[in-house]
Amino acid sequence: MSDAQSAYYVPEGSVLPFVGTAGLFTLFAGFGAFLNGASAGSMAMLLGFVILLVMIFGWFSAVIRESEAGLYNDQVDHSYRWSMAWFIFSEVAFFAAFFGTLYYVRNFSVPWLGGLGSEALTGQLLHPTFDAVWPTNGPGQLGGHFEAMGAWGLPALNTIILLSSGATVTWAHWGLLKNNRTQFTLGLALTVILGALFIGFQATEYAHGFSELNLTLESGIYGSTFYMLTGFHGLHVTIGAIMLAVIFFRALKGHFTPDNHFAFEAVAWYWHFVDVVWLGLFIFVYWL
Amino acid sequence: MFRSKTSTRLNGLLGVGLTLGTADALAAWSLNLSPGVTPISRAVFDLHTLLMWVCVVIAIGVFGVMFWSILHHRKSKGAVAAKFTHSTIVEVVWTTIPFLILIGTAIPATKAIILMEETGEAADITIKVTGYQWKWKYEYVDEDVSFFSNLAATSREVRNGGDPSGVKNYLLEVDNELVVPVNKRIRFLITADDVIHSWWIPAFGMKRDAIPGFMNEMWASIDTPGTYRGQCAELCGKDHGYMPIVVVAKSESEYRQWIAEKQGAAKAEQAAAGKSWGKAELLARGEQVYNTACAACHQANGAGLPGVFPAITGSAIVTGSQDGHLDIVMNGKKGTAMQAFAAQLSDTDIAAVVSYQRNALGNSVGDSVQPSDVKAKRH
Amino acid sequence: MNTASNHDAHGPKSGIMRWITTTNHKDIGNMYLIVALAMFFVGGAMALVIRAELFQPGLQLVNPHFFNQMTTLHALIMVFGAVMPAMVGFANWQVPLMIGAPDMALPRLNNWSFWLLPFAAVMLVSTLFMEGGAPAAGWTMYPPLVQQTGDAFPFLIFTVHLLGMSSILGAINIIVTIINMRAPGMTLLKMPMFVWTWLITAFLLIAVMPVFAGAVTMLLTDQYFGTSFFNTAGGGDPVLFQHLFWFFGHPEVYIMVLPAFGLISQVIPTFARKPLFGYASMVYATAAIAFLSMIVWAHHMFTVGMPISGQLYFMYATVLIAVPTGVKVFNWLATMWRGSMTFETPMLFALGVVVMFTFGGFTGVMMGTAPTDVQYHDSYFIVAHFHYTLVTGAVFAIFSGAYYWLPKWTGYMYDEKLGKLHFWLTAISFNVLFFPQHFLGLAGMPRRIPDYALQFADWNMVSSIGGFVFGVVQLIFLWVVIKAVRGGEPATDEVWEDAEGLEWTLSSPPPYHSFNEAPKVS
Ligand code: HEA
Ligand code: HEA
Ligand code: HEC
Ligand code: CUA
Ligand SMILES: [Cu+2]
Repeated sequence: MSDAQSAYYVPEGSVLPFVGTAGLFTLFAGFGAFLNGASAGSMAMLLGFVILLVMIFGWFSAVIRESEAGLYNDQVDHSYRWSMAWFIFSEVAFFAAFFGTLYYVRNFSVPWLGGLGSEALTGQLLHPTFDAVWPTNGPGQLGGHFEAMGAWGLPALNTIILLSSGATVTWAHWGLLKNNRTQFTLGLALTVILGALFIGFQATEYAHGFSELNLTLESGIYGSTFYMLTGFHGLHVTIGAIMLAVIFFRALKGHFTPDNHFAFEAVAWYWHFVDVVWLGLFIFVYWL
Repeated sequence: MFRSKTSTRLNGLLGVGLTLGTADALAAWSLNLSPGVTPISRAVFDLHTLLMWVCVVIAIGVFGVMFWSILHHRKSKGAVAAKFTHSTIVEVVWTTIPFLILIGTAIPATKAIILMEETGEAADITIKVTGYQWKWKYEYVDEDVSFFSNLAATSREVRNGGDPSGVKNYLLEVDNELVVPVNKRIRFLITADDVIHSWWIPAFGMKRDAIPGFMNEMWASIDTPGTYRGQCAELCGKDHGYMPIVVVAKSESEYRQWIAEKQGAAKAEQAAAGKSWGKAELLARGEQVYNTACAACHQANGAGLPGVFPAITGSAIVTGSQDGHLDIVMNGKKGTAMQAFAAQLSDTDIAAVVSYQRNALGNSVGDSVQPSDVKAKRH
Repeated sequence: MNTASNHDAHGPKSGIMRWITTTNHKDIGNMYLIVALAMFFVGGAMALVIRAELFQPGLQLVNPHFFNQMTTLHALIMVFGAVMPAMVGFANWQVPLMIGAPDMALPRLNNWSFWLLPFAAVMLVSTLFMEGGAPAAGWTMYPPLVQQTGDAFPFLIFTVHLLGMSSILGAINIIVTIINMRAPGMTLLKMPMFVWTWLITAFLLIAVMPVFAGAVTMLLTDQYFGTSFFNTAGGGDPVLFQHLFWFFGHPEVYIMVLPAFGLISQVIPTFARKPLFGYASMVYATAAIAFLSMIVWAHHMFTVGMPISGQLYFMYATVLIAVPTGVKVFNWLATMWRGSMTFETPMLFALGVVVMFTFGGFTGVMMGTAPTDVQYHDSYFIVAHFHYTLVTGAVFAIFSGAYYWLPKWTGYMYDEKLGKLHFWLTAISFNVLFFPQHFLGLAGMPRRIPDYALQFADWNMVSSIGGFVFGVVQLIFLWVVIKAVRGGEPATDEVWEDAEGLEWTLSSPPPYHSFNEAPKVS
């Protein structure tokens, strides 16, 4: 290795982070204005989103350029690995908030509202007609009568799809390690397709929920937790699938070697994380 | 005005040393928790005292060592630094001792919690307390007596920029006090209508949050007759500082007499709703109701607070149809601070306040509303 | 050609673009510290509005709604705008210097974490000018009250999201730097205490910040998209928000104080001329505090009507924190014991922390004891407790660290006379400001009220006088910093007699890129 490669790469100054902040700020400010009913809000949101996209594109291009130019030594590679790992940890904490919410309402607040435990009077005096069985839309029966989403139709199918996609991405990784480009790209393509399929089914399921089960965000705590958890998960699948698609196109361009392909691995980690979250969802949201 | 008041206070303060206040404050002077008048408050007071002494003793030890080394182990005194860096024995000792101290304080603390939570025992009286923005509602569950308790007019009149120094029990006085008998086990059921409040009387040693949709419990058994004051203890919006609690503990017989009076007054109120009211009468009563029930938000002059509480002056709803006006006052508006006053005010009060809003505060619609109109709108 | 080999030779860009684009840990550290100081003055000015209104009973200056806005913004700005950024600023400056790294591990990301911060601050402060005013439901933003906020509501939430991103990205960067960028020979158990405390703090941040982000997201959907997480009519529970908030909020206070512990663990050994006593137990105690801090959150909720088992559990777990914190205090004492002490300004502030933070800890244990907390809760006793821990814990440590490293950063000695004056006036006025609040709380004065009953008048006046003095005195600090930046007696590399640590091996000020060649640590 040359001297250049052994030095830790410290990038030159960059305007990208500042642009990204400006984009996020515009996006949020626009969203806030939109929620307050200002008509310019949605335009600002759009603008902010575009700025953000440009920034993300620029940032990743810079990283890819530097990586392909061989500026990153092993220590830099380690930094990226650790940071991705901790980023995923922060995502775990984010989902933990929503799983914790589900746990709390099912085991504490709903039974208490129904008068169980030490809260007998809450039920008796405040919600005499409330029957605290899950799924529920609460003593006020918000959103009207609804049906819960069953576990064994589309959700079960989606479980199989997502688990297989975890397998195909690993298969792609094996391909890369063996320097079998066909297996690598084919595995990636399959993963992206499975991801897209998952999103499609999820959308179908939402449509079914809205039109036939009268299950909406307004359906009390069941609807709230259901859509919040599956919605944030769906968003993560979408982001993951887009990232996989980028990796796929980079693979077609000949990027990644058997011993230098952290970008691929990072996305794969992320994908497995999304997978595990889904298992949690399937068990706690749909099944139990 | 500002100046002289300030300087008398400062004189009172600095003159006789820091521990003496001015005359009016002296009466209620206190630097510490009050031992209170219930079993719980006494247990809490004892525990508090214990904790304080534990802390004082530890503090003397810790700071004593520290100041000793500051005095003696300083370079200017020629101290030469020792070289030691750790000592397992000492470290184990100073991990263990605090642990043991904490076990020592945890035992009485556990007992006190168990005492507080004995809500299940049969109570002699049950009172339901509901927090509203910004008043309390009290219901004697077995007596068919219920009423609202607002900040007293004496405090209300000076709270916006006036001089409170002459007001007796400033901010700690209400229009309708809660009256209870001594030496009876009283069970309080606590909830709220809008946001979270907290019902706190220091002398009872208890505070419980009033949470909309939930029913909390606490109990008290008061052993000394007297007037006990407290305040809402959970931030509940603009007038959080203006929702005092006053409980008067009386002998059993005085208490019964008071209940009887309250029941009689309720009957009289019902009778009044039956008659037809003259406009002047309505407006006079309406002004009173407005000032106690509405002015906190819509302001005494009807101007509201832009962006938070709409103005009554010139409001389209107020100057529009009686029906629409009655509707928002009686049913409130979901998701806003505007409450459903049908549940809080009598027919007469609603008729009066609506009439008042239509013909005062800069409005002059001209018509008025009768209690019977309100009654007709109740389901 | 490639930039990796010769970027070291480059100095900074010039002009405003240097600051917008910089990837240098010292530049970014400077910006963090400057923003923190500015925010300290803004948040402090709001505190002075509070103290001015509370100077005497009756309403004189502001209306109750605006008062609540001041309380809310004061806390949010002090916590998220002043103390946390100051600590991140210290981490940026010192962590690479102390572990012998060329820079932070992810320099571009570092720039991003920083710039999110002033933008978030602007968003937060701008709510003051919106219809309905700034958020006024307290920094704890409990529903349903917070849902009565006017137009500011979504901006409050997005501010939290921006600040949260800033903190999480910053924390990731710090952890990765500490794990991955240590000079050869710098094993974990050789790291300076400040680095250790930040490693643990960063872990806490990543674990709890996202939960807060999730909680406020639920507030947002409850408000605008019809969900009912915190609405009992739909089967939700307003108290659920309190659990989520404090699951974040309690660790948050340790996020502010653990780096402070780290700071004074650097300062005390230097001025006692004796190594830190019980280094290993300090590390374990810090980890234990962090762990415990994540399982005690409901001690802020002893009055919400928890089942008795919950109250007992949270009480026991809470008071247990006194044990590892005590270990830290005792270790500082043992470090001073038989040392050879001098009392320059950094040391004075560090001693201030040991005395007054410990005092705040004592009241903490009194409050951790559930039955007594039922009395103290939401009274000025709490306000006194947390200013003793936050101001004389975190802020004093920040002053201590600032005086300690100012000569290293600027290359000039600060004015020792003014520094000492700053310390003594600050310490005295602080106690005049907050000690009486214990009495007020015990006598029954609730917190978050703009006006109060007459028996509370005297101590409130004392407290306010202390507050004004405290505020004015901070201008001395500003002056000392400006003076030191502009020049003065040049500082040596070592600055303090026999100071330990890699940062003292570099010149004062250190070169733009710290350790181009990793130092060898034996
Ligand atoms: C830096 C910030 C900081 C720190 C370090 C602490 C430290 C502690 N805090 Fe504090 N706290 C706050 C900031 C902080 N707190 C804030 C901001 C609030 C209010 C939030 C709001 O409502 O707005 C709050 C509120 C708060 C409450 C809620 C009160 C209420 O609202 O009813 C409680 C209750 O248990 C509590 C307890 C404790 C305890 C037990 C510690 C312990 O960690 C203290 C441990 C330290 C010591 C004990 C001293 C040293 C030890 C020894 C010398 C050993 C021997 C000692 C003994 C055996 C006693 N705190
Ligand atoms: C790190 C956090 C931190 C810090 C440093 C402080 C610092 C101070 N706090 Fe803070 N405070 C909190 C965190 C903090 N506080 C929190 C979390 C709450 C709870 C909020 C809630 O209930 O939701 C709170 C609440 C709170 C209250 C209770 C309010 C209420 O319940 O209604 C009070 C009242 O006295 C108060 C006072 C002060 C004062 C006087 C200072 C002083 O130390 C400030 C020092 C002053 C200055 C530094 C001013 C310098 C400015 C000038 C000299 C003027 C020049 C001006 C410009 C250039 C703009 N604070
Ligand atoms: C706790 C605060 C509060 C109190 C007390 C209160 N109001 Fe309101 N009121 C509101 C709010 C907030 C609105 C605006 C609701 C909305 O968003 O449409 C409102 C709206 C109204 C309106 C409609 C005005 C308009 O133009 O939209 C009328 C009329 C009204 N209130 C009458 C009353 C009367 C009569 C009382 C007392 C008996 C009262 N209010 C007490 C908060 C309050
Ligand atoms: Cu009601 Cu505060
Ligand atoms: Cu806490």
